[in-house]
Formats: sequence, C-alpha cells, structure tokens
Amino acid sequence: MNRLLLNKIILTLSTISALVGIGFLFWILITLTYKGVSSIQLSTFTNDLVEGGIRNLLVGQFTMALLATVVAVPIGVMAGIYLREYGGEKRMTMVIRNLSDIMTSAPSIVIGVFVFAFLVEPFGTFNGWAGSVALAIMMLPIIIGTTDNMLALVPKELREAGIALGGSKHKIVLQIVLKAAKVGVTTGILLSFARIIGETAPLLFTSANNQFFTMDMSGQFPSLTVSIYNLATYPDEASRELAWAASFILTAIVLFINLVGRYVTRNKH
Amino acid sequence: MTKETANPIMEVKDLFFTYPNAPEPTLKGNNLTIYENKITAMIGPSGCGKSTLLRAMNRIHDLYAGCKYEGEINLRNLKNNKMENTLNLKKENQLIGLRQKVGMIFQKPTPFPMSIYDNVAYGLRLKGIKSKSELDGRVEKALKEAAIWKEAKERLNDSAMGLSGGQQQRLCIARSVALKPEVLLFDEPTSALDPISTGAIEELISELKKDVTVVIVTHNMQQASRLSDYTTFMYLGDIIEFGDTEKIFLNPDEKLTEDYITGRFG
Repeated sequence: MNRLLLNKIILTLSTISALVGIGFLFWILITLTYKGVSSIQLSTFTNDLVEGGIRNLLVGQFTMALLATVVAVPIGVMAGIYLREYGGEKRMTMVIRNLSDIMTSAPSIVIGVFVFAFLVEPFGTFNGWAGSVALAIMMLPIIIGTTDNMLALVPKELREAGIALGGSKHKIVLQIVLKAAKVGVTTGILLSFARIIGETAPLLFTSANNQFFTMDMSGQFPSLTVSIYNLATYPDEASRELAWAASFILTAIVLFINLVGRYVTRNKH
Repeated sequence: MTKETANPIMEVKDLFFTYPNAPEPTLKGNNLTIYENKITAMIGPSGCGKSTLLRAMNRIHDLYAGCKYEGEINLRNLKNNKMENTLNLKKENQLIGLRQKVGMIFQKPTPFPMSIYDNVAYGLRLKGIKSKSELDGRVEKALKEAAIWKEAKERLNDSAMGLSGGQQQRLCIARSVALKPEVLLFDEPTSALDPISTGAIEELISELKKDVTVVIVTHNMQQASRLSDYTTFMYLGDIIEFGDTEKIFLNPDEKLTEDYITGRFG
C-alpha cells in the first residue's frame, strides 16, 4: 500500500471522527436553542417555579454558587501558593498535589453523598449550606490546580529580583508573583465557577430543591439544575417546556462565563 | 598598579559553595577582593562558577533550600570600616539588609507587573519609606541616574511591561540604584539586549562607579575589557587569576587565562 493512499485513509477517518463529534455537539445546541427559545416567555424570568417560572431557581443557584466561590477562592488560591512557593520538593507537597488532581475528576455524586453524610443527615433536612459546601469542594481542586500551574509559569528571575531588592519572601509572593499570575488565576476561578454553576449531582442530596422563593439556606434551597432534572421527568407538556427553557438559559450562562474567561486571558497575552 | 590605592569593600575568603543535592562543591575555595568604586569583571567559560560566586555575594542562593556555604564573604561596614562576614547572617531581616546594600541586576530584564513609578518605588517602600514627596524625589533621581528619565517621565504611571528590553533593563538598574546600594552585582546584564541597548547599559555602568562598586559577570570579552578596572578569570569553580584588566588581557600570568582570552577554548 502506498503512502499517499494511507495518508488519505487516515485523513478521511479522522475528519469523519471530528465531524461526528462536532455533529452531536451542534445537534444538542441546535435542539436546545430551538426548543429552549420557543419555550421562553417573560414569565419564565418573573415567576417562581411554583408558578411556572425559574426566578427563584436562578437566584438560588447563583446564591449557592457565589457562596461556594467566596469559600473556595481564598482556600484554593492559598493552597496553590503553598504548593508552588513553599512546598518545594517535599513528599507532602507531591501527595497534596496528586490528591488535588485526583479530586478534579472525582465523580460529583460522590461529593454530594459525602456532604450529605455530614451536613444533611445530622440536621435532618436538606439545606442550602450543604449545597454550597458541595459546590465549594468541587471548585477547590480546580482552583488549586490552576493557581499552582499559573505560579509555575512566573519566571524565577522575578522572585529573585524581588528578593534582591530586599523583599521578604511572603511580600514578593503576594505583591509580585501573584500579581504576575493574576490573569491565569482569575481565569481558573471563572472556569471553575462555570463548571459548578451547571452541576446537578452535588446538589441532589444536599440542597435538594424548592418551588418557592427563599433566601433561607438552612432549609431546602431552589436549584436550577435539580429542577431541570425533575421537570424533565414530569409527564405534562408545560413542565417539559420549562425544562427546555431552563436548560437553554443555563447553557447560555455557562457559555457566557467561558467566553469571559477566554476574553480575559486573550486580552493580556 | 592602581590596586594598592584602591580600598577593598568585599573579600571572598576560601569560599566553598555546594548546590542542593550536588555531589561536590561548585566553588572550590575561592579568594577574591572587590575594590570600592571600581568595576570588577568575572569571565570564564559556561559552568565555571562565576554566576554562582556572584549570587553568593548577596546570598540570593538562600531562596532555595539546601545550599551550603563554607568560608567567608566579608562586606565592609561603612560605619566602622570593619569587615563583617555576610555568611554569618541568619535571620531574614539581616539578609534583607544585606541585599539592600548589595543589589543585583539579572540577565533578563525583570520588571515587575506594575507601573514604572511603582517599580522604582517598590524597594523604597519595602524599606519603609511612605512619604509621597520623598518617594517622588528618589524615584526621579534613580531614573535620572539610570539614564531613563527622559523616556519615562511622561509615562510614569504606564505599565513597565510596555518598555523595550533595553529600557526595562535600565529601569531595573534604576530600581536597584534607588536603594543607594554599596555594591551592585550584574549577572550578564546585556546578553539579552541588542547592541545599541548594550552600549547604553555599558555607559551607564561606567557612570555608576562614581557612587557604587560594580561586579559584573560577562560572556563578552570585549565588554570586560572595555568596562572593567579589574578582571578575574574563573575555570571549573576555581579563581585562576585576578588582576588589572589590562594585564589580564594583554599579559596574563597563567597559561589557562591566555588560552581562554585568545579563544583557544571556552
């Protein structure tokens, strides 16, 4: 068999594979857009779930995700700084780094069940706090990983230059190295946010869901993703339409956050 | 020889230096005297230890755990004129004090991701200077001394990352000069720059020696001969020869020095 023929076969196969992959993606997006947009009405945004809208769900989902971010960002960024700037070659550093990497791919349902065991079960009720904690646990390894990697990209000369000017290590790390890695670290945070805003499994056993508008996080808390999961299984047409609308809106939000993340990075490099 | 009239400011005595996990020392019993307000060049093939020795002089190695020093690196205390061993400094604030006296310029320009003004003010602020008027004055003076004031004065609040490579390097020099150091260590400061920027930096270094003692590591033999008063030649972790630059380049005592300078190896 000659080389040119082999080349053509491989090229054709890989093109077909790519088209299949992209095809399904577009199929999903087009269906989602078609069904979603046609189901959206003004009342979708102004009513709560009990009246056939998603207002309380959006507020609930964002409340839990933002709270998770507030908790996970400082811990994640500081852990990343520890690993890269202070951990050195210690065995402990390697163990933490690897565990964090493994946690990135931990099944989200496992995290949900874990949080259920210590924040839901003892209190006897699903609650928004538990949902936030589960989301924060999802975010942590992503933020730790990106912070660690972004700090690694900062040239060591920059640290040395700071030290040579009479800086102490912690000042140089916080005022110069972290600043130099700011864009990358911010992108990591945005992407981790985009990841958790669309999570269902960690919330199923933690916040569960609520049909009504509430800001009381000690009880069942409204969630967009859990609602989509529930609505999609209901028999009536109106519920399924609302599920489509909610899915479309959620996808648009995730896409938007991803675009912002990319824009921020592209702008600075 | 001018050596007798010059005043020693730093003395390296029997210095051994070992990198973490290295089987043997990189510097093997170095002895060297640095004279005040003179330019001392360190030359030698790659891996000879010249940068290692330079980086020992302000203990920048200490940023990495596990480096071992033996011997002495003495710095003259300008208050009582006594030589003090910098290797005895243990606490972080003592090392900070040393680095404020012995500054360093690196091969690649290392502007911090902040404005031109803040770059120069950074070291001053670390030193605890807060008054805006004092900062303004010292930043301007440093930028003038580093011959970058004209280019920078209209854009002090712009990011330093927007400067050209040569300008960034002069900014880094300004940043160090602002601290009024006694000694400035240059680690191949022009090897990442174009010839015109290199010329500007060399001129600047010659100017600087009025106020500060300069030690410069360079791979460029012409640069060493143009700039320096004294030259030291290193090879495989040993100091082979030290002397007036003219003598080292025209009539070295050691065969090895001559071979290197005439380009027979290295």
